[in-house]
Amino acid sequence: MAIKIDSKIPEGPVAEKWSNYKAHQRLVNPKNKLKLDVIVVGTGLAGASAAASLAEMGFNVLNFCIQDSPRRAHSIAAQGGINAAKNYQNDGDSVYRLFYDTVKGGDYRAREANVYRLAEVSNNIIDQCVAQGVPFAREYGGTLANRSFGGAQVSRTFYAKGQTGQQLLLGAYSALSAQVQAGKVKLYTRYEMEDVVIVDGKARGIIAKNLVSGKLERFSANAVVIATGGYGNTYFLSTNAMGCNCTAAVQCYRKGAYMANPSYVQIHPTCIPVHGDKQSKLTLMSESLRNDGRIWVPKKIEDAKALQAGTKEGWEIPEEDRDYYLERRYPAFGNLVPRDVASRAAKERCDKGFGVNNTGLAVFLDFSESINRLGLDAMKQRYGNLFDMYEEITDVYPGDLANEINGVKYYKPMMIYPAIHYTMGGVWVDYELQTSIPGLFAIGECNFSDHGANRLGASALMQGLADGYFVLPYTIQNYLADQSLWPRVSTDLPEFAETEKAVDAELTRLLNIKGKRSVDSIHKELGHIMWEYVGMGRTAEGLKTGIQKMKELQKEFDTNLFVPGTKEGLNVELDKAVHLRDFFTMGELVAHDALSRNESCGGHFREEYQTEEGEAKRDDANFFYVGCWEYKGADKDPELIKEPLEYEAIKVQTRNYKN
Amino acid sequence: MWLFNSSIGRKLVMSITGFALVLFITFHGCMNVVALISGEAYNTICALLGSNWYAIAATMGLAALVAIHIIYAFILTIQNRKARGSNKYAVTDKPEKVEWASQNMLVLGIIICLGLLLHLFNFWYNMMFAEIIGAEGLKYGPADGFNWIKETFSNPVFSILYIIWLIAIWFHLTHGMWSSMQTLGLSGHVWFKRWKCIGQVWSTVIMALFLIVVLGFWLFPDAVGKCDFKLLPFAVG
Amino acid sequence: MAKNLNVTIKFWKQNGPKDKGHFETHDLKNIPDDTSFLEALDIMNEELIAAGKEPFVFDHDCREGICGMCSLYINGTPHGKTERGATTCQLYMRRFKNGETITVEPWRSAGFPVIKDCMVDRSAFDKIIQAGGYTTVRTGAPQDANAILIPKQDADEAMDCASCIGCGACVAACKNGSAMLFVSSKVSQLALLPQGRPEAAKRAKAMVAKMDELGFGNCTNTRACEAVCPKCETIANIARLNREFIKAKLAD
Repeated sequence: MAIKIDSKIPEGPVAEKWSNYKAHQRLVNPKNKLKLDVIVVGTGLAGASAAASLAEMGFNVLNFCIQDSPRRAHSIAAQGGINAAKNYQNDGDSVYRLFYDTVKGGDYRAREANVYRLAEVSNNIIDQCVAQGVPFAREYGGTLANRSFGGAQVSRTFYAKGQTGQQLLLGAYSALSAQVQAGKVKLYTRYEMEDVVIVDGKARGIIAKNLVSGKLERFSANAVVIATGGYGNTYFLSTNAMGCNCTAAVQCYRKGAYMANPSYVQIHPTCIPVHGDKQSKLTLMSESLRNDGRIWVPKKIEDAKALQAGTKEGWEIPEEDRDYYLERRYPAFGNLVPRDVASRAAKERCDKGFGVNNTGLAVFLDFSESINRLGLDAMKQRYGNLFDMYEEITDVYPGDLANEINGVKYYKPMMIYPAIHYTMGGVWVDYELQTSIPGLFAIGECNFSDHGANRLGASALMQGLADGYFVLPYTIQNYLADQSLWPRVSTDLPEFAETEKAVDAELTRLLNIKGKRSVDSIHKELGHIMWEYVGMGRTAEGLKTGIQKMKELQKEFDTNLFVPGTKEGLNVELDKAVHLRDFFTMGELVAHDALSRNESCGGHFREEYQTEEGEAKRDDANFFYVGCWEYKGADKDPELIKEPLEYEAIKVQTRNYKN
Repeated sequence: MWLFNSSIGRKLVMSITGFALVLFITFHGCMNVVALISGEAYNTICALLGSNWYAIAATMGLAALVAIHIIYAFILTIQNRKARGSNKYAVTDKPEKVEWASQNMLVLGIIICLGLLLHLFNFWYNMMFAEIIGAEGLKYGPADGFNWIKETFSNPVFSILYIIWLIAIWFHLTHGMWSSMQTLGLSGHVWFKRWKCIGQVWSTVIMALFLIVVLGFWLFPDAVGKCDFKLLPFAVG
Repeated sequence: MAKNLNVTIKFWKQNGPKDKGHFETHDLKNIPDDTSFLEALDIMNEELIAAGKEPFVFDHDCREGICGMCSLYINGTPHGKTERGATTCQLYMRRFKNGETITVEPWRSAGFPVIKDCMVDRSAFDKIIQAGGYTTVRTGAPQDANAILIPKQDADEAMDCASCIGCGACVAACKNGSAMLFVSSKVSQLALLPQGRPEAAKRAKAMVAKMDELGFGNCTNTRACEAVCPKCETIANIARLNREFIKAKLAD
């Protein structure tokens, strides 16, 4: 391969790399910072924290979001918590252990140096958030409380009820608001980035659409940071917000940024099952429920049949006839195995016919044992809002006493099933979080960097804030140090005009198809293809079929789409059409990556590659690399470039959650 | 000045003037009951207040409180209407928690003002005002409050209007009392319930005092005020 | 098993803040009662688009009741009526009767001008937060998180105040168009925590001044806001804000 990928990992032992980097990187002097503009697209944990931190340092920040307020970014919906290696519980936690757990949880497909840095700054994040007034849960003595989470044997998760993401985002939002007030951040709400503008090979601005007026506007800067989240909505049904999309990332990909490991898609084990074809999204039930809830299906197939037919209820099945399959298969971690393992185990049971609802695609999450042991009040204290939310959606309250068999009380269980939740893959970045386009940075879920093939619970918040508060504000200076010599570019440059013209032409094209089908109807179909062929269990055959079907559907999109309205003013359908166009690109890319990766690891499970017990079978000899994809044109297949992984601190081995 | 410029400042003014008026009517209600018991004693009080400088000063103060309370009420309402905007909801479903009185304080206030005018015409005009200007030829003397009450409530139209007035004041106070404490910031999860209870009891008791005077003088004019004792040793009249 | 419903949606159409606006109606047939209300609107929009019409515009995003984007005034109640308070996206069709006409309106308040149909501009809330809804702390290395001990009760209460999602239902329900519940929730959160105390006086004054400047009304303690708040914020917060504000002004 001609192209050599430089991930810019600093010298030295893994524990010293970040310190080394910071000691030797170039900085921008305070006067020059005032002359430099940075565009930050997105206001989630990563975007808001980066915008606030850069502005505090003195840079002029232009911050964009598609919602009506920065506070609405989808980070707000994260429930469970945020990890940090504080070891407040004295249970043997350390930076190394958090680093190790994250690399292992990611099935040894993450970059060691990045993950170590993440673990290292994790403690800073908690300090920072507490200083901002984030109301984390506390003990009676006034110290911070922790809970345990999947994939770890220590309690290192800090939480704020079941709304940790909300509280952390509001913390970052408040820091951002302070900078808006100070005039250092200019905020653009209800704006969507439509394309990145490249001048002399460097990212020097964006074209954004004012979603209310419909006008395209040009913005120039010395660097562009995208913090626009993942591509989970490619699957149509996911736990992502309705507005989540990958347009910004895919446009950067089209402009030359590599997309890395797109096949690593996280399927979250505890979501409310799909109920019908009118459903618009899936609702997550926090992973923290697995602390006190036990997952099971019936042991006997006839019980499962009765549940599916609706002639029996879960609470009528006594303890001895229940198969707590996670505890059975993984005695050491039990219900707290990582998400990919838990999801696949649920699928395995349902595929065998043990599903517990009318669709046969659900398993029980049961709190009877914990309620009997700790009382309903204790459960309500921990999960009250989740229980309420579950009832609002399904009309079943998980704390209701339903049956008593041989003196054992049985409460109504929740029904759960895996759903698309998070994308580990994303825009390729080096150690500095810079993409393969100079001056273009990607942070948060948008990049691929820290989770490998699977993300552990409570690590997304950690990564978003680490990137935004503590990593990017340093590393971007290494790039910007040169840029202060450059004059501010004008938005009148031909590069801006051409990019804007291309965006405008695309909008016109979509409006002029004037076919018969709505955006959602096509998107739903794309989602079905993705879930069916590029979902939890993938095969080479299926992936090829999936790609073929996607190409056919894309033809339908290009010829039979109907977008009402005009370019002027607010046009929600037009914006959705743009998103769908890019979901197609992303969907195919996920399939290509999955097809090229002839192994099973983390969120990527190829049915051809599994052990006899049905566990994922990695192939470190051939696939110990980051798969980077380069865009080659609309009609051509993308090209794979490999960034080999190098592990110094951790011995690569088979993941084991059994003992 | 923040008492005029800021929303909480304006509310604070409403709260303090409102609460001062509550204290006044509490005093007034207690005083009225005396008339039920002994006309002589009541008139002693009337004479004591009369048109002495301290009574006039207090009345001026009271008038100022009422005026400020009313003016601020109108200012607040105008601002609130503006903040609400000109578009009205086609359907509104009032939550159960919301008291009727709380949403109709201005209407209640206007009813109370009308009642107050009537009250001033019936009593103050004939008593304190008459004394100040030295009016002659009135039916009763300026300090003969007992007979003025009798005269007024012998007319059932006045009695009924006064009862309506009292009901309006009761509604106004049931909301106003806890609301003033809330605005002063002296409320919270616990004290909210307490203030609400105190407000209910307080306003009910005061209004009951007023009501029995009206009913007593209206329905049993010959039975009231017959007890014979001097209220104060230094009685003037 | 889900039952099916037929309902009529009477929805508000308004083309921009200057437009007068009007209602339109659409009949929905055979909607399963485990469909969410917004999914029913999705179905309606699909039918409108199929008929070549422009869809009904409304704000929505996470559909999990936390982002605060959804903002519909349904049958006279912000977010529609549920027992314990929920956002529009958490409202399910089983709350409605077969044959019912459901009236859908935007938040109506001078502070929230209509952008289109039922989508309103709530940027005023951002401006209020920008005025002082934060602690001034730079990104960097503050003291260890456990160096500040906070009694559990205070932390829990601050958390309850911080649960506000900024949806604006309080303003929509208030006959005075007052934003006091929103402002007081943020002020309360930070007033209850030691981290927020140094700037407490400044914050209360700045946020109230901004709220007044933006034209929100005066609180008259009707409690309509707390009755409709999907996150169960209470007027105890407003009392606290009053206290903080009066204290701050008296200290000047």
